[in-house]
Amino acid sequence: MLIFECPYCGVLADETDLAAGGEAHLKRFGPGSSDDEFEAYLFNRENPKGVHFERWRHINGCGKWFNAARCTVTMEVFGTYPAQTLEPPTEITNNISIKRPGWKWKEFS
Amino acid sequence: MSRRFSNKGRLIQADKPIKFHFNGVQFTGYQGDTLASALLANGKLLLGRSFKYHRPRGVVSSGPEEPNFLVNLGKDHFFEPNQRGTMTNIFEGLTATSQNHFPALEFDFGEINSWLARFLPAGFYYKMFIHPRPFWKYIYEPLIRMSAGLGQAPKEKDGSTYEHFHAFYDVVVVGGGIAGLQTALVAGRSGIKVLLIEQLASWGGRAQIDEDEIDDAPVNSWVNKVLEELASMPNVSLRTRMTGVGVYDHGYFLGYEQLNDHKANKDGPRHRLWKIRSKLIVCCTGAIERPVSFAGNDIPGVLLASAVRDYAINFGVSIGQKTVVITNNDDAYKTAIFLKESGLEVPVILDAREHGGGEAAARARAIGIRVENGKVISRVIGRKRVLGVNVCLSSGEGETTERIGCDAVAMSGGWSPVVHLWSHCGGKLEWNDESSMFCPDKSRPPTNENGEGFMETAGAASGNTQLNEIVKEATELGLSIGRKFGGKQIRSNVPKVKPHLENPVEPFWLTPRKAKRKLRNKTFLDFQNDVKISDVELAAREGFESVEHLKRYTTLGMATDQGKLSNINGLAVLANALDSPISKVGTTTFRPPYTPVSMGSIAGSARDSVFQPVRMSPIHGWHVEHDAVFEPVGFWRRPYCFAKKGETTEQAVNREILQTRSSVGMLDASTLGKLIVSGPDAGKFLDLVYTNMMSNLTIGTCRYGLMCSENGFLIDDGVVARIDENTFLCHTTTGGAERIHSHMEEWLQTEWWDLQVFVQNITEQYAQIAVVGPNSRKLLNKLGGTDISKEALGFMEWTDALLGGFQTRIFRISFSGELSFEISVEASVGLDFWNALLDAGSDYGVMPYGTEALHVMRAEKGFIMIGDETDGTIIPQDLNLNWAISKKKNDFIGKRAHERIFMRNPDRWKLVGLETLDGSVLPDGSYAAGAGHNLNGQKHTIGRVTSTYFSPTLNRGIAMGLVQNGPDRVGEVIKFEKISGEIVEATIVDPVFYDKSGSKQNV
Amino acid sequence: MKKYSAFAVAREALRDHLGWERAWSSPEPQKKYDVIIIGAGGHGLATAYYLGKNYGITNVAILEKGWLGGGNTGRNTTIIRSNYLQDPSAAIYEKARSLYENLSQDLNYNIMFSPRGVMMLAQTQHEIRGYERTAHANALQGVSTEFISPQKVKKLCPIINIDGPRYPVLGALWQPRGGTARHDAVAWGYARACSDMGMHIIQQCEVTGVNTIDGKVVGVETTKGAIACKKIGIVVAGHSGVLADMAGFRLPIESVALQALVSEPIKPCMDVVVMANTVHGYMSQSDKGEMVIGGGADGYNNYSQRGSFHHVEETVRALVETFPIISRLKMLRWWGGIVDMTGDRSPIISKTPVKNIFINCGWGTGGFKAIPGSGWAMAELIATGEPGPLAEDFRVTRFREGQFIDESVAAGVAH
Repeated sequence: MLIFECPYCGVLADETDLAAGGEAHLKRFGPGSSDDEFEAYLFNRENPKGVHFERWRHINGCGKWFNAARCTVTMEVFGTYPAQTLEPPTEITNNISIKRPGWKWKEFS
Repeated sequence: MSRRFSNKGRLIQADKPIKFHFNGVQFTGYQGDTLASALLANGKLLLGRSFKYHRPRGVVSSGPEEPNFLVNLGKDHFFEPNQRGTMTNIFEGLTATSQNHFPALEFDFGEINSWLARFLPAGFYYKMFIHPRPFWKYIYEPLIRMSAGLGQAPKEKDGSTYEHFHAFYDVVVVGGGIAGLQTALVAGRSGIKVLLIEQLASWGGRAQIDEDEIDDAPVNSWVNKVLEELASMPNVSLRTRMTGVGVYDHGYFLGYEQLNDHKANKDGPRHRLWKIRSKLIVCCTGAIERPVSFAGNDIPGVLLASAVRDYAINFGVSIGQKTVVITNNDDAYKTAIFLKESGLEVPVILDAREHGGGEAAARARAIGIRVENGKVISRVIGRKRVLGVNVCLSSGEGETTERIGCDAVAMSGGWSPVVHLWSHCGGKLEWNDESSMFCPDKSRPPTNENGEGFMETAGAASGNTQLNEIVKEATELGLSIGRKFGGKQIRSNVPKVKPHLENPVEPFWLTPRKAKRKLRNKTFLDFQNDVKISDVELAAREGFESVEHLKRYTTLGMATDQGKLSNINGLAVLANALDSPISKVGTTTFRPPYTPVSMGSIAGSARDSVFQPVRMSPIHGWHVEHDAVFEPVGFWRRPYCFAKKGETTEQAVNREILQTRSSVGMLDASTLGKLIVSGPDAGKFLDLVYTNMMSNLTIGTCRYGLMCSENGFLIDDGVVARIDENTFLCHTTTGGAERIHSHMEEWLQTEWWDLQVFVQNITEQYAQIAVVGPNSRKLLNKLGGTDISKEALGFMEWTDALLGGFQTRIFRISFSGELSFEISVEASVGLDFWNALLDAGSDYGVMPYGTEALHVMRAEKGFIMIGDETDGTIIPQDLNLNWAISKKKNDFIGKRAHERIFMRNPDRWKLVGLETLDGSVLPDGSYAAGAGHNLNGQKHTIGRVTSTYFSPTLNRGIAMGLVQNGPDRVGEVIKFEKISGEIVEATIVDPVFYDKSGSKQNV
Repeated sequence: MKKYSAFAVAREALRDHLGWERAWSSPEPQKKYDVIIIGAGGHGLATAYYLGKNYGITNVAILEKGWLGGGNTGRNTTIIRSNYLQDPSAAIYEKARSLYENLSQDLNYNIMFSPRGVMMLAQTQHEIRGYERTAHANALQGVSTEFISPQKVKKLCPIINIDGPRYPVLGALWQPRGGTARHDAVAWGYARACSDMGMHIIQQCEVTGVNTIDGKVVGVETTKGAIACKKIGIVVAGHSGVLADMAGFRLPIESVALQALVSEPIKPCMDVVVMANTVHGYMSQSDKGEMVIGGGADGYNNYSQRGSFHHVEETVRALVETFPIISRLKMLRWWGGIVDMTGDRSPIISKTPVKNIFINCGWGTGGFKAIPGSGWAMAELIATGEPGPLAEDFRVTRFREGQFIDESVAAGVAH
C-alpha cells in the first residue's frame, strides 16, 4: 500500500486516494511524426527494475496529476513533483544518485 | 488419560461452569477454557484426523500454530469450518464437530490411507492416474476430490457483520508479552502515540508461565502494574484478541480483531480489520516451539512441552498421568518440574544432548526426576493414544535400550522466533548457529517510502531466550523509539530479572540422529498434511532442491498452520539431505496473513445493498414507484423500461416506442455526463479533444462531437453546446462522465498545461429530461413561458428559459429522430419538473420510456451507440463518421493514430444496416461467415452484428453491423451464423431505417 | 527416464522409494548450444519441449535465474479456458487447451488437467451482449461455448447467489471443456521431459548480458560464465524488459503485480470455475479443497511480487457478494506475481530487431492457460525463423501498424 506526498496539496496520500498513470516524461508525437516515434511514444516503455519516473493522480483528493520517482523493487520514493515539467527536478535526481549510485534513466541521471 | 487435576488454572474461573457440545455430546468446562483445554479436561485426547492419511490426531499445541485440532464450529448462519480448538474460548451453547472423517472420529474409513501410506509418498499423484486418459475426469479426480478438504462448506449466508478501522499511530507494538509490554510502556511514557496488541485474551505472554520474578515480584503482578500504567496513558491504546496479520509496503499494517467469537451473544460486529499506518512496527511476537522428529511423534498425547505446561498452568489440565519429556534444550525442564510438583508422574526426561541441561536439570534431579542425557525416543508406542515410548541413544540408529510406559509425551525441539511479520515486506533473516534459529537480521529490515527500516523486533522474536536480556532490549528500544518520534525525554529503568544459567540448545533435526528408514517413515514433520521425513528425503532425491520446490512437491508447510510447526524442521531435513547448510537452503517466503483471516472481515461492511454505491438520478424514486425494471449502467441504475401489470418487458418497450413515435414520451436522461469546459482556451482545447472543430461553434448552438483516444479509437460521443465565448457544455455518455472528465484533466494537466481551461463535472447538479415525439412541443407549450417554435429555437439550438415556472435550459437535439427537447433543471427540482411534464402531457398520453426504447429508437435512426457500435477497436471512419472528423485541424487526440497502416486499410469492416430476409431479429453478436477457413482452422468472417432489435415502428427486425467493404455492398445478401450453425440471411442496407430525410426531427 | 505409473509407484513402495531418479538433471553449462531459452517457467520449458519434439532440436539449454517454475507458472489461479473473442487469441488458447487435454499422457506426468468447465457471469446487459458475441465468435473458431441461463448457472454452481441484490446474474458464457490443472506439475512435467531429451536445465543461472555481432546474437553472459549459441528465445515474462534492454531494444511492456489467494481447505462445494468480471473476481476450488481466488492487477510498475491490500479487499468483497457462503471461510495464503502487460493486453510471440533473438512475453494475467500453445508456437518460430499461423498475429510490430488484438472488447477483461 503505497503512500505519496502530493506536491500540490501536501497531503500524504494513500494509494486508495491515487490513480497510477504509467511512465512520466513521455514526449508526445502527434501528426507528422514517424511510425517509429509514434509507436515508441504510445507503447514502448522503460519498465525499469529500479528507479521509475511515473505519473500519479490524486484522484480522490485534490485531483492533480503529479510525478514521482520510485524504485520498482523496494518501493522507495525519491520524491514527488508537479506534472507540469519536462524533466525531474535536479534535487530529486541528485537524491537518487546518492541512494542509487550509477543509476541510469534517460538523460537525467 | 487427560483430565483436570486442579481447579486453580491461571486462566479459568472454576466457579463459572459452561456447557457446550462436541460431536453431539454435552461437556462442561469453565469460563476461560479453550475448546482444547475443556475437552482435554474431559478426557478427550483424540480430536481430529489428518488430511492425507486420516491418522488419529490430538491437540499438539496451545496456540494459533495448532495443525490438528480443527473443528466445524457453530451452526447455520454462524457455522465456520477449520476453527482452531486451541484458540476458541468456550461459551454457553457452543457446538463443534470434528473434521475430515467418515463415519466417525473414532472410526474413520479414511484411515485406510494410513495403511496404504507406503504407496502414497510425496507427489504420488504426479506419477499415477495418467492412463487411460478419460479416467482422470470421470474416476480418479472425483475420487481424489471426495477426500479433499477438511471442514464442511458453510451452507448459509453469514449471519455476522464486520467492520474496518483506519488508524494512525507513531508505533504499533505487536505482542503483549513482557517484551511488548515493556517496549510499549517505555515508548508510551515519552508521550508518543502507541498501539499495543495481543492475539490472546490476556496479557503477559509466556513469562507468567515460565518465569519467577520481575523487579522482585511475581511476574503477573509486574504485568498488572505495567498494564495499569499503560491504561492510564491517553496516548496508548491496548487491544487484546487482536492479531497482527500483515505488513505491506510503506509501513501499512493489518490488524485482525476478534470481537465476539468467544461470546454466546453474537450482537455487534464479529471481526474488525484494522488498517493501520504507523511510523514503526515493533514485532514482539515471541517464539513458537518446534516439535521433535521421532517416529510416532504424531500420536495423540504427544504435545509440545510448552503446550503441556500451558494446559497444566493455565487450565489445570494434565495430558497424562505419566509424561515423558524429550528435549534438546533447557526450557522443557520447566514442564517436567511443574508436572512433578503438581503431583503428576514424570518417568524420565530424555535430553538428546550428551552433556544435558544446566541449572534446570539440576533442579529436576533434585526433586527426584530421572534425567537421561544423550537419550531420545526411537518411537512412540500406541495408535490412538500414547501407551509408552521406546528409548534409544540420540546418536544411534534407534536400537531400543528401554521401553518406558507413559500416556503422554512432552517434546521440545527448540524455539523458532515468530519472524513472519518481519519478513512479509522484505525483512531479511539470518541463521544463528548458536541458537539454531532464523532470527531477524536487524541490519536489513523492511524499508519504507524513504528507504528506511520501519520495523524493529524485541524479545523472543529477536531470538532472545533470556528474560533479563529481553527486558533490557525492550527498554532500550522503547527509549530509542520515544526519542526518534519526538517524545519527551524520560528515564526508564531496566526491570530486574535474575538470569538463568542454561546450556545451549543442540539441534537434533532427526532423533535418533541416524534413525533407520523404518523410523523415518513414521516421523512426521507436517502433522496436518502428513509430510514425513522420508517424503522430504524423497523430494531431495528427485531433484526438488529448493525450499519452494520442496514445499510444493511435498505440501510441507502448506497446511492451515502455514508451516508454523513444520517449516524449520523440514528445511533442516532438506539441508541435511542435500548436505548443505541450513543458511544456504533458506526459508520459503513468508507472506500475509500470519494467521488465517475471515473473508468476511476482509470484505468489511460493504455487502448486500451497500456492496457498491448506487447512483440515483433525482427522479429515481418516481421510477421505483412506477414499476421501472432497472439495469445497472456503471454505478447508476437506469430504468430499462416501465412494465405495467401483466406486461412483459418486450411489450413494455414496444408500447413506449409506439407512444413516443406517435405522440410524446419522456426519458430521464439525467445520468448523461455534463462537463463544463471554460476558459479563454476552451475552444482550442476542445478542438484537440474532439475530432470535430468546436472552436467555431456559435453561442446558442449545439454540435454532435466525437472523441478518440490517442490510440485512435472512439471513446465517447455527445452533444456540445456553446454557452458563451469562454464556456462550453459537453455532454458525455452515461458511463463516460467521470472517465471523460479524467481524460480531459489528464491532457490539460500533463500535456497542454499552458492552456487556460477549467473543467467541471456538473452531471449530478442537473436533472435532464428528454421530451420526445411529435407532440413534444405542444406539451411544452402547455407549460408555457417561452417561445419554443421552430423559428425561436431551431434544431441544434439551445436556450435558457422559464418553462411552467421552472428555470430550464432547453436543447433542441434528438437521439430518436423525432421532434425532441432535452431540458435540464437543477437537480433539486428535477422530480417536480418531471411531474409537471407528466401533468402537462396527460392529454397526449405521455409516458416515460426506458433505456431499451431509447436504444431501439436510435437504432431505427441509424445512430451509433458507444459500447454497441464501438468496443474499443473502432475508429470513427469505420462508422462512416468521416464528416465529424475535421480536415482543417493540424492535430487532435487520435489523429496521428489514424495514419497507421492498419487504420487506413480499405478492407476494414464498416457500418451498415442489416435486414433479415424473413424479418426476424438477427441474433445479438452474431458473425457473418465468409468462404473457407484460416490457417488455424477458424472460419473466415466478413462482418458482425453490433445492434439488433425488433422495431415496433417498422414491425420487423432491424440491425446495425460492421461488414467488410460494407457500404459498397448495399443490396448484397450475407449469411449470419447462429451458435447452432443455423444460417440467417440478411440484406445489407443503409443504416438509417426510419425517416431518412430527417424531416421528423427538424420541424 | 523411468516411466511413471501406478505400477512403478507400487514397485518403488516395496523398496522405500529409493529407486526414483532425479526428475531432471542438474548439469553445468556447456560452452555452446544451438538454442538457449532464457527462462525456465512453463512457457520456456514448453518451448524447449516442442523444439525437441516437433523439430528434433535438442542441443538446448534452458537458463533460469531462480528455480524452475518459480515465477508466474507457480503463482496463478490455474484456470484454463479458450473462450476468447478475437481469432488469434482463440486459436492459440484453444491450441493450448487441446494440448492440455493430453498433456499428462504426452509427458508421462500427471498434470491433473481437470476439464470441469469455466463460466463467466454476465451481470449487466452490456456483458450479456459481449458474451453472446463471444459465443458466436467461438462457434466459428471451433471453440465450444454457449451462453447459459441464470438457472443453469445455479444448477452448475449452487453456491452462487444469482439474485443480486446489486448485480443479479443474468446468464453466463459457459465453456464446458475449460478447467484447471496443477500448475507446478506443468513446469515439472515439461522439465522432466526436456531433461530426458538431453536438454540442459540450468537453474541459479542469471543472464547478465546478451552478446551480438553485426546485429546478430552469438551468445549470452551469465552468472555461470559466457555461453555461445545460435539462437535465443527470451521467455521471462515480467523481466522481459530487463532482457530486452540487454539485447538493445525496447518493448511495449509494463510489469505489474497480480495477486491471488486461497482459503483454508473445505469439503468440495464448487465443481466449476467461475469468473465474475463486473465485480472483478474469480474463484474455483482446488482438488485439495482450497477456494482459489484471483482478481485484477495492481496499477503501478512493480517487481516485488507483493501487491497492495486494497486489491485483495476488492476481490474478496466481490466474491463474498457473489458466493455468500465464503464469508466465514478464512484467507489462508496470499501471494503476488509479476505479470507483463502489453499495450493491447495480448501477448507477443515475435522476432525482434536483433537477428536470431525471439521473444515470447506479454501474457499478462493469462499466461498459465496458454503454456502448451505458446510453447508450440514459439518453438516453430525459433526452429524455422518465421512465425507460423498461431504466432503471426502476435508479432511485436502490430503496435506500430495499429493492428491490435484487444480482448477487453468483450465484456470480460480478466483472465
